[in-house]
Parts: sequence; structure tokens; C-alpha cells
Amino acid sequence: MKILAVCGEGIGTSVLLKMNADRVLKQLGIEALVEATDIQTANVTRDAQIFLTTAGLEGRLAGGSAQVIAIDKVFDLEELAEKLSAALL
Amino acid sequence: MDASLAAAFSPESVLLQRSASSWREAIELAGAGLVAAAITTPAYTQAMIDVVDANGPYIVIAPGFALAHARPSAEVLRWGMSLVTLAKPVEFGSEANDPVSVVVGLAAQDKNQHVTALKLLGEKLLEPDFVNSLLTVADFAGFQKLLQLPSETIAK
Repeated sequence: MKILAVCGEGIGTSVLLKMNADRVLKQLGIEALVEATDIQTANVTRDAQIFLTTAGLEGRLAGGSAQVIAIDKVFDLEELAEKLSAALL
Repeated sequence: MDASLAAAFSPESVLLQRSASSWREAIELAGAGLVAAAITTPAYTQAMIDVVDANGPYIVIAPGFALAHARPSAEVLRWGMSLVTLAKPVEFGSEANDPVSVVVGLAAQDKNQHVTALKLLGEKLLEPDFVNSLLTVADFAGFQKLLQLPSETIAK
């Protein structure tokens, strides 16, 4: 399982998304590799089963085979756990 | 312990209880803090605004909190961060997280140097009251205390 944490520039929001997703996935007992990247790279490589991003960017990632998860509150681990488990379990 | 987070901020880059009438002005303040601390050139400030114009308010990642940033470029002189707290919050257009009263400006030279500091900031943002606590900070010493940054690390 590979998850791309995606934000506009790949240096800020995506890093924090990855940090919290790693934490939640561990709690859920799900093994997955999470990488942080920018939206352009993600759309070129499309190299993941899941794109994890923040609300407002999901439209830029829509299409293709990867499932897109949009997070409203990056530091709300319950929201992350809910949306990740709905997609993965 | 968190020397890298201490290195990210300086008294020049921390602007407390400022006033802004729009999200653009709020990001301009965050950019002014980066410029004052010699982290970026003024052109980086416009780049941070352009990111929101192009991508929307996705940088508003927690209630009341925006992480303004643009991509690494020649406008970034060294990696670092600025902090702006607003006396009155402004709307960014974020459905989940408006209005915003704290803006951190982030400048990176690559995808690595700033990551440890950013993650330490992220640990603080996991504390539910962190953003509200920032609003009560009156000076840089108070900010350091809130981040639990050892003052000797700042002074160097």
C-alpha cells in the first residue's frame, strides 16, 4: 500500500499530513508507505493507491485509479483515522 | 532538544497582535517577518500570495491556522519561519477552518532542511489549545516559552 500526501508545493502541508497519517496508520495497524510530494509530481507519477490531500486541492487530483481523500483539519487525528479507515479497511 | 525549531524563528520574524484586513494582508505580514529576519527576499511574499490565488485556501490546515509558503527558489536566502498573530481574525475562504488568527510563514530551500523544525511545530499543533495560546502571547519570550524553546539556544 502506498499513499501520497500531496500539497501545492510539497514542502509544508504534505509533510504535516504525512506525519499525522503515519501516526494514525500505526494506531490502526495498517502498513502503508506514505510519501510527501507536490501536486504536479503526484499528477505526473500517479504512483500510489491513495492520494491524501487537504480540502480544496482534491479537485486538482481527481481522476485516475487512485482514491483521493481530502482532509479538512490536518491535526484532527480522528478525522484522519475515520477517512483512512473508510478507504483502507 | 528542539534546536531546529529554535533556529526557525527569531525576534524579527515573530509579529504579535498585528492587524490585517484581509488574508492577503495577513500573508504580507508573514512575508514581512521572513524578510526582516533575512530569510527571504520581498518577492517570496508575493509567491506565497500567488499560491493561494492559484490553489485556494488549502494552506488553512487547522482551525484558525494558516501555513503560508511557496516553493523553494532563489528568493529563499535560508530556511526559516515567521509567525503572525492577528488581533482580529481574517477570512481565507476555508470552509472548515476560517476565520484565521495565526499565520506561520514557511520558507524552504529544499525538501529536507526544514522538515525537522516543521514536524516539531506540527507536534505543537496537535495540542488542541495551541493556536488559542499563541493569541495570548505578548512578546518573543512568551512565544519561546510556549514552544518550549530553550532561550540559550536562541541566543547562541
